[in-house]
Amino acid sequence: MTWTVFFTAIFSAMLINNVVLLRFLGVCPFLGVSKKTESALGMSMAVTFVMVVAAAVTYPLYYLVLKPLEIEYVQTIAFILIIASLVQLVEMFIKKFSKKLYKSLGIYLPLITTNCAILGIAVQNITDNYADLYGIGPGFFVAVVTAFGAALGFGLVMFSFSSIRERLDAATNLPESWRGVPVSLIVAGIMALAFLGLGGIV
Amino acid sequence: MAANVAKKTAKKTPGQLANFTKGFIKENPVFVFLLGLCPALAVTSTLETSLGMGLLVVFVLVLSNIVVSLIKNFIPKEVKIPSYIVIISTFVTMVGLLTEAYAENLFESLGIFIPLIVVNCLILGRAESFASKNNVVSSAIDGLGMALGFTFALMLIGVSREFLSTGAIAYGEYLPLGVSGSIFNFDTHLFNMAVFGGPAGGFIVIGVILAILQAIDLNKKKKAEIARQKMIEEKKRLALERKRKKELESAGGQA
Repeated sequence: MTWTVFFTAIFSAMLINNVVLLRFLGVCPFLGVSKKTESALGMSMAVTFVMVVAAAVTYPLYYLVLKPLEIEYVQTIAFILIIASLVQLVEMFIKKFSKKLYKSLGIYLPLITTNCAILGIAVQNITDNYADLYGIGPGFFVAVVTAFGAALGFGLVMFSFSSIRERLDAATNLPESWRGVPVSLIVAGIMALAFLGLGGIV
Repeated sequence: MAANVAKKTAKKTPGQLANFTKGFIKENPVFVFLLGLCPALAVTSTLETSLGMGLLVVFVLVLSNIVVSLIKNFIPKEVKIPSYIVIISTFVTMVGLLTEAYAENLFESLGIFIPLIVVNCLILGRAESFASKNNVVSSAIDGLGMALGFTFALMLIGVSREFLSTGAIAYGEYLPLGVSGSIFNFDTHLFNMAVFGGPAGGFIVIGVILAILQAIDLNKKKKAEIARQKMIEEKKRLALERKRKKELESAGGQA
């Protein structure tokens, strides 16, 4: 196990298997919070934070609690409860310690519970079976790094998409029926095509 | 008394019917509210997977709506959302295990999107905005209507994508129908656009469908606006006529 494993995990989660454009996780915030670059960045930061922490909590939960007890089938319930309470905890924590951070991230935190990217990555980390590939201990680090890479990919796409969208809103020569969401979806489609081209990097 | 009851039921039936049908076009969760877009993009590369996903959502949404509306009075306000999530994820786990047992191909192809039904905003949204305020029967009907509307939207996307990407509509491949084959089989590899089966095609197909719906909507609004203008002009004309008549009459009276 070398550093290349981590770099491969980051790049593959960020670009090749981009959460939003190629795996369709977290499309709701992708369309909902991308009208302004500022809010897109806030959302991405909140997602990065929660995604990494969620991956770091759910992975040991599965291998240290659910698997030894042979109750893997409650995985979904356990994970979503963990994520919901984690979001609540993070919200309280940020509120207490950094008013400034709370002001910029606070409104996005409740939305994150229903962001499928968080639960999706947590479940994916289990189904991709890092524990068998690298052993339970090192697998933990791969899982966390994958979550970080996926969050970076989410942020990258959110940022570029919101910048495009700001310009699209200013465009006046667009046919009326395409304005708003339809043209944004077409743009997202073209971005997905561009990301398909990155498939050969790793 | 009897007339009163009859009146009440007559009033109630169209209410429930509208409650059922609103999910299809008027309040379609995917096309109007953009809820549940993640599965609408991810599992709609073929018609059958879309239908399968839709059926799973029907099951989960109806049952979770029933249970939420049954226990709505016992849930403290502070833990409302977590308790809804627990109820929903219980049904999702059930549905996942059932799919794995009876439709393994579907289970494999939906993959991660079966546990992700938990975070489908449509289900939590209906629990929060409808089932927690209404009685059991109307909650169940609302859930059924909304979920069938979701299924309808998914199938529309699925049909377009599968046809564009493969030139045929296959059946019996993922759902355990007993028979398999395909309809509309244009077996010329000239028209197959594989990109529509992939991720980019999902975005583009939904974008085009939304644009068509928006165009229809705009057209309707324009027509309504024209009709309104006509009505205003007609009214103005009538008023003017009346005024003239009155003036004539009063002039006649004076003379």
